Amino acid sequence: MQAASYVLSVGMEVHAELLTKTKMFCRCPNEFGGEPNTRVCPVCLGLPGSLPVINRPAVEHVLRTALALNCRIAMRSVFHRKNYFYPDLPKAYQISQYGETNPLGHSGYMDFFTEDGGERRVRIRRVHLEEDTGKLMHLPGRKSGVDFNRAGVPLMEIVTDYPPDIHSPQEALDYSYQLRLLLIYLGACDGKMEEGSLRCEPNVSIAPEGHQELGTKTELKNLSSFRAVQSGIRHEAERMRHALERGDTLKQETRGWDEENEKSYVMRVKEFEDDYRYFPDPDLPPMVFSEEYIEGLRAALPELPTAKRKRFMEDLGLSDYDARLLLAGPAWARFFEEAVAQGGDPKQVCNWMNGDFSHLLNEAGRTAEASKVTPAHIADLTGLIASGKISGRIGKEVFEHVFQTGRMPSDVVKEEGKEQITDAGSIREVVSEVLSQNPEAVGKYREGKKGVHGFLVGQVMRKTEGMANPEMVNRLVTEELER
Amino acid sequence: MDLCGLAAAQMRRMLDSREVSAEELARAHLDRISRLDPAVRAFITVCEDRTLTDAAEAQKQIDGGGQGALTGIPVALKDNMITKGVRTTCASRILEKYVPPFEGTAAERLRRAGAVLLGKTNLDEFAMGSSTEYSAFFTTRNPWDLERVPGGSSGGSAAAVASGMAPIAYGSDTGGSVRQPAALCGVVGLKPTYGRISRYGLVAFSSSLDQIGPFGRSVEDVICAFEAVMGRDPHDSTTVDMPYDGSKAREPVLKGRRIGVPSELLSGEIAPDVSHAVRAALDLISDAGGETEEVSLPMIEHGVATYYIIAPAEASSNLARYDGVRYGLRIDADDSIEMMKGTRSAGFGSEVTQRIMIGTYVLSAGYYDAFYTKAHQARTIMKRQFQEAFRKFDLLIAPTSPVPAFRLGERLDDPMAMKLADFCTIPANIGGFPAISLNCGFSNGLPIGVQLIADSFQEETLFSVALALENLLPPFALPEIEVA
Repeated sequence: MQAASYVLSVGMEVHAELLTKTKMFCRCPNEFGGEPNTRVCPVCLGLPGSLPVINRPAVEHVLRTALALNCRIAMRSVFHRKNYFYPDLPKAYQISQYGETNPLGHSGYMDFFTEDGGERRVRIRRVHLEEDTGKLMHLPGRKSGVDFNRAGVPLMEIVTDYPPDIHSPQEALDYSYQLRLLLIYLGACDGKMEEGSLRCEPNVSIAPEGHQELGTKTELKNLSSFRAVQSGIRHEAERMRHALERGDTLKQETRGWDEENEKSYVMRVKEFEDDYRYFPDPDLPPMVFSEEYIEGLRAALPELPTAKRKRFMEDLGLSDYDARLLLAGPAWARFFEEAVAQGGDPKQVCNWMNGDFSHLLNEAGRTAEASKVTPAHIADLTGLIASGKISGRIGKEVFEHVFQTGRMPSDVVKEEGKEQITDAGSIREVVSEVLSQNPEAVGKYREGKKGVHGFLVGQVMRKTEGMANPEMVNRLVTEELER
Repeated sequence: MDLCGLAAAQMRRMLDSREVSAEELARAHLDRISRLDPAVRAFITVCEDRTLTDAAEAQKQIDGGGQGALTGIPVALKDNMITKGVRTTCASRILEKYVPPFEGTAAERLRRAGAVLLGKTNLDEFAMGSSTEYSAFFTTRNPWDLERVPGGSSGGSAAAVASGMAPIAYGSDTGGSVRQPAALCGVVGLKPTYGRISRYGLVAFSSSLDQIGPFGRSVEDVICAFEAVMGRDPHDSTTVDMPYDGSKAREPVLKGRRIGVPSELLSGEIAPDVSHAVRAALDLISDAGGETEEVSLPMIEHGVATYYIIAPAEASSNLARYDGVRYGLRIDADDSIEMMKGTRSAGFGSEVTQRIMIGTYVLSAGYYDAFYTKAHQARTIMKRQFQEAFRKFDLLIAPTSPVPAFRLGERLDDPMAMKLADFCTIPANIGGFPAISLNCGFSNGLPIGVQLIADSFQEETLFSVALALENLLPPFALPEIEVA
């Protein structure tokens, strides 16, 4: 990490592609990938004479996110044109939102748990809506092509406040992790960093400790994982520190992150501030929202991850670690809550989900929704174990069976004779039989070699095909030996 | 009798009574175009195949009894209106070979109404100009005097209608580009209320000012042409659904109408023959029971200045997309930025380049407030001043152009004089108000136009008075055009 004499400051700019059926200003489908230029129309190609029309669900996604981020909502908000030339920008302007209080949301904050379980607050400056650009592709023969499938995809930009609240690579990671989770819980974004649907772009600067002013900043791009966010920032802070210690002057630049080689490279040096000549887009009337509409959206917000995590820990008695694992996706958390609602013991349900179930899902490369296991299965299984009908070990066997077939654990237990033997009389019978068949072992025990106890228990378990209640077997073997 | 000189309404009756077929009517116009257009030069593209297909479709509609006002009526469109499969150039080198893959809303509605597309008419490049002399291809001539300009920027459409090459044509009016050429060519030209006609498919010049408008040789024809394309369009968020009653619009009423005469538009800038003709029209109105009264709207003096900030600002952004990447002209270079520079330098004419530069400048950091913000304030105040006047008056009346048609080349060296040509028409664009220009006389054989301006969405009143005024004026007759 950087020397103690420098303070790292990180501002986060996060771009999230919104989960809408269609693009921001036209009716082209909003999907990832595909043959280049197959999801384009006159509007998203910027053909002469075409005009944009606002996608209402996209606006709603942003408003809901802004509310979840405790933002103030602009009751009247306009789109601006951000003018610049680049081959991937069809109209040579991007429809975006400019100004301090004009973006759909501004002046908010996000509270979240850090990796180490602490609580943090990062202030949010703005949440606004814009359109994505196309993608440049390099073709053979030093040629370039542009794929406009992505052009016009609704893009939400979330920017942290200034001066930055984030001062370490870990905090930047925690922030990104929590923001991604929030967006996924809101259904606003699928959060696929590797596909670029969620793009974290930190502004990194370092300044000598005690300095009021921040240092020259670098904007980092191409961070396609949380690990990249963390190592990219760490690397950049180091690079800056070395440069300053050498007596170099830092240049304001945009650097790309090369994840494979753990190195950043210069993409663009900013010698002067870009002049984007923002002005209100005359093609789009201002968006005006009523108080009722906004309050309706607020009331309909789902329980957000931070609140859910708190509830799991405080009301259900789960550990911080368990809660965090259960929250990893809304479907996973919902699964958990349904299993608990159907009578599953929270801790047991959690263990089965985060243990065997996760393991089997990983092996099968499947998601919970795509598997045959439902919350009812898990609740049933934990019930069988809690009531002593089956042992934990048999439970594992049963669960594998359930995972493959989708049958109810109770049915499996009944039909496969998996029910545990808890009748002391019948267990005692088997124990006596085992002892009489193993006189040597019984003799050794009585000579003081208590170790053979385990061997005898094992023999009993084998004879009962593992169906005997292990604790009872344990106790009864001792009783018989001591007799 | 030459079919081509008739009003569209008369053509309608003949089509309906089977005196003439849609194809005969279309062919008559195509013939007239091939005979006269080498002299007038109104058309950039004549789309004969499409014309005949449209005519056949129209005839089917008529035979099936499902025709409307424009079914089988030939129309021409300004070449900045997008037409699917028919080249749309904006009279610019940068789009010289551009064939759109979609139909603009106006063209689409006309097609559905059974109108027959003759072709695409000349304009000042990207509609920037007042004479068509800034067309990258050629200059259109005024049918009344081939040595003079037809006005602009929709000069091709105005000349086509005035010369009988099309009974109806459409143009776009950003600062007067329908009304001024209508005045200079002696025909009727309408700029509807901003938001009445979809701009989807109108190549944007200045999005907050642009509005499509029709030309015709009678007010009735212009009303029909307006009705065929008006109304809200889901593709254009600036269109609105405001009531409009076509039968009320068709009742000519002058008696009792209160008509304001802005003194700023009858003063120094106006040529004596123009103000003479307009005053004569005012007398006719008074004699017919209209109440005219002078009114001062001092913000009019700032109209041209306001316009020449807002329009170039929006244009600089609207025209940025012509970068050689996806369509149109491309001048290859080693990297994309050089390619864009080369393409744009080669593709745009000097007037367009100049306006892009002005627009870029007024939007730049440090100048934005002094120019763009101020212009918007002026726009707001000006609009308010007009709205104030509309509380007292049903309409305002003024000359359309300060001068009759000028000679070719006469104003090319005097850009200020060229820009002042829009002095009388700009206010209606700034305020979004509907305005119509009619011929109110001739001076030395050149037509003079008078315009009526109404409050927003008051087209009914506008048309009602225009019809009444038209009845007091001599009817349109085609000019004699000498073909070399």
